[in-house]
Amino acid sequence: MASEAAVRRPGIEPRMVAWLFAALGVAALVVILAIAARTGAIGRGNLVYDVVVDPFVLMAQAPDLLVQTLWEGLVSGVLYALIALGFVLIFKASGVFNFAQGIMVVFAALTLVGLHEKGVPALVALVLAVGVMLVLAIAVERVVLRPLVNQPDIILFMATFGLTYFLIGLGELIFGGNPKQMIARQLYLPQGATDAAIFGGRVRFQHIDIAAAAIASLMIATLAVFFSKTRIGRALRAVADSHKAALSVGISLNQIWVIVWFTAGIVALVTGIMWGARSDVSFALQIIALKALPVLILGGFTSIPGAIVGGLIIGVGEKIGEFYWGPLLGGGIESWLAYMIALLFLLYRPQGLFGEKIIERV
Amino acid sequence: MRAPDSPVVAKGDALLAVENVSLGFGGVKALSDVSFDIRKGEIRAIIGPNGAGKTSMLNCINGFYHPTDGCITFKGRRRARMRPHAAARGGIARTFQNVALFKGMTTLDNLMAGRSLKMHKSFFWQLLRHGPAMEEEIAHRRVVEDIIDFLEIQAIRKVPVGKLPYGLQKRVELGRALAMEPELLLLDEPMAGMNLEEKEDMSRFVLDVNQQFGTTIALIEHDMGVVMDLSDRVVVLEYGRKIADGKPDEVKRDQRVIDAYLGVAH
Amino acid sequence: MFYREAGQFKTSYAADMAVFPLRQDRIGLAAIIAVAYAVAFTGSDFLLQAVLIPFLIFALAAIGLNLLTGYAGLLSLGTGAFMGVGAYACYKLTTAFPGVNFVVWVLVSGLFSAGIGVFFGLPSLRIKGFYLAVATLAAQFFLQWCFNRVPWLYNYNVSGAIDAPLRTLFGVPIVGPTATSQTRYLVVLTLVILLTWVASNLVHGRIGRMWMAIRDMDIAAELMGIKLLQSKLLAFAVSSYYCGVAGAMMVFFWYGGAEYNVFDINQSFIVLFMIIIGGLGSLIGSFFGAALIFMLPIALGIILPAILDPFGLSIGSDTIEHLRFIILGALIIFFLIVEPHGLARLWQIGKQKLRVWPFPY
Repeated sequence: MASEAAVRRPGIEPRMVAWLFAALGVAALVVILAIAARTGAIGRGNLVYDVVVDPFVLMAQAPDLLVQTLWEGLVSGVLYALIALGFVLIFKASGVFNFAQGIMVVFAALTLVGLHEKGVPALVALVLAVGVMLVLAIAVERVVLRPLVNQPDIILFMATFGLTYFLIGLGELIFGGNPKQMIARQLYLPQGATDAAIFGGRVRFQHIDIAAAAIASLMIATLAVFFSKTRIGRALRAVADSHKAALSVGISLNQIWVIVWFTAGIVALVTGIMWGARSDVSFALQIIALKALPVLILGGFTSIPGAIVGGLIIGVGEKIGEFYWGPLLGGGIESWLAYMIALLFLLYRPQGLFGEKIIERV
Repeated sequence: MRAPDSPVVAKGDALLAVENVSLGFGGVKALSDVSFDIRKGEIRAIIGPNGAGKTSMLNCINGFYHPTDGCITFKGRRRARMRPHAAARGGIARTFQNVALFKGMTTLDNLMAGRSLKMHKSFFWQLLRHGPAMEEEIAHRRVVEDIIDFLEIQAIRKVPVGKLPYGLQKRVELGRALAMEPELLLLDEPMAGMNLEEKEDMSRFVLDVNQQFGTTIALIEHDMGVVMDLSDRVVVLEYGRKIADGKPDEVKRDQRVIDAYLGVAH
Repeated sequence: MFYREAGQFKTSYAADMAVFPLRQDRIGLAAIIAVAYAVAFTGSDFLLQAVLIPFLIFALAAIGLNLLTGYAGLLSLGTGAFMGVGAYACYKLTTAFPGVNFVVWVLVSGLFSAGIGVFFGLPSLRIKGFYLAVATLAAQFFLQWCFNRVPWLYNYNVSGAIDAPLRTLFGVPIVGPTATSQTRYLVVLTLVILLTWVASNLVHGRIGRMWMAIRDMDIAAELMGIKLLQSKLLAFAVSSYYCGVAGAMMVFFWYGGAEYNVFDINQSFIVLFMIIIGGLGSLIGSFFGAALIFMLPIALGIILPAILDPFGLSIGSDTIEHLRFIILGALIIFFLIVEPHGLARLWQIGKQKLRVWPFPY
């Protein structure tokens, strides 16, 4: 009679053991390599050295470059977080994963710039652009969300694919496909840059980047307060939990959805302005918006702080990875590094940093 | 078809033994130190108020949850962490409280899916379909048709199960479990949501399965009439603990059971 | 009155389980195949080159994705990359071993795709739903980067592109500048028919049931003895195989060459739209979806000028492209609202009505 214990010993869980082993393994590896490098057994040009040791050496040798890279990563991280924020808003309140958030960013920015090109003064154009996002939110609620109200999530997800393509076509038709310049100056956004002397070198801080970080933080804080403290915020959370229950206590789903998509639209507009001010406004931005997905994986789909932390991790991770490890692989690894990070993360923690643990109920 | 090295259990011997099983999720203790056995060939009812841990118990037997303490012995083998598909391979099948049918498939396909364990023709024969794979399909189709006759669901063979009324869905689910030719059949509230006529039909099926096929059955049920009529022995759970264990008449008269669950006839 | 099953009694399980149980269906299928082959000799070059060959190729890719997403329920956004793997594998194989029959290499290149598909499908053990889609995105972007930055893949070509060299079958050129559209069409048609038949065998047997069980409720499937990881990996393997073969055919039998950006994320989306509109979990739906989405810009390009010309208005090809996006997006939303099961379901409903015609029910 085979007798293996059927018990699972409480105390040390298997996953913690795995982490422990991984950490010990990495530590051992680093020690061995450091010794090897010290004694000259391996050096520059050796593959192992190049991958594991050299980048850190480079970081230490030119700390000002490191700071510059970190700063750039931080800024792009903040912008990723903003896009992710739009996703989180809509997902929290309607359970819909809005794949079209990226194109909404582009569309909002294009509307602003397009209006200005037609001669509308900058600030008026801004107000009008907000109005356009409101119209869009109402239209989406009417045409897409209301008819699909009880369908499974995957259907709604695919509907946002359709919405994405629709907006791409519409945007290109109305505004043309050429990249445009964001009207940063007219919107009183700061220009120029400041150079700071750090670690004996020079680090350049673009003013627009600082402004972007500040504005994004302000927006995130506002939204966090909005969700947790106001009546509408509570209603949004109720809707996110259960449509039927929310309806039964008198919350108007349609109103809530318009509000939420409109808010996401404003977030998209701000993101579009910020991003457009740093580079051009073009449809390529839509693909960059896909990077918000790894951010959401890390941060969880329903957590606002998670979107921020996730965005920062991805932004910094990407830039550092591209700058210090990229040359080893021929460059351009920014296009996939974020997704790989997310993938590795998923394998260890499928629900992300801040997400709720997925419990299967039978 | 039995695995070559698993021992033959005689009728009347313990087919499954639960020893000191505890199960906790975070702070919630679903089961505390529960022990009982299920003898081969019997119908064992597991009853108790809601939240007593009955479904959790079945999930442990199935391998879906792993007990935090205690062990489960099935067919003489004490089990380590068993995955659900290994439990299935060992001869355990079950139905669910909320019907867990494959809604996108027809009744026939659902039952044929239950035969998955027994189908062995490799991937390459499946690519061709005609030939050995088809012969295997037909052989299993015959078995499934026997089950369909047994459960009297011939008319709904080709109907997508999502379109069936609830009572029929439960019957199809029973059929799918039977298609696995299990030694131990776990039924989680098979009569829930049924009217009197449907309950009588289902009871008849459960009895027939036990008597004709010799399948051992563990049954969670709230309808005391059904429990008293069908079961050979009863286990009563309350708040994750066992409070009674024995023949239906004994349990019915047990004071603790009356206090916790049954109440007194007025 | 034509489409009836009266008088067709099934006397064996084999007959009952046939893929096309109605005689009329079988006749219809034979007729379609006959016409398809006839078109090779009667159709114009434009029809073959610009319409039918790519339609068949996309239909094959759609079948591949449908097996993974429609039958097994695993959402994938990496179709473009998997097609690319097949294309580049075929290129390397045929340039390294030019003597071997090209059709053999086309079929073998799918295996490389299958292997890569299995690798990127490994996370499916722990990850489900949207999250798995993100994993496939990782595959998409990483592989596309490889097509660009790994020079060995395109034989260190300065242009970074791959092109189709001359290859023959029984002495007739089937690949390269001298291959006529007729021969290429015949080869593509035969391969697609063959592979569709194989896919049909798979989905009607135990493996198809296994996948659908996982799609509908994987917990219950597991409790029935179905091994989840193996089944999911098999789905990735088979699906990627089909996409890989489609990719190889796309480069060598249609475009004549390719660059890395041919297999980008837009390609993944287009194939996904094909199966959404065509019908998830339906082989014939894959054909419908491919037809609709692929023919749409061509139809627009013909219809719109025809409508506008009499008014003296002209419409640029750019505008047509933009309209295509708009209509495509709107169509997807429309289908998801009206018939989430796509054109395949509409086809079934149509046949149902035909069965009882001229009576209403």
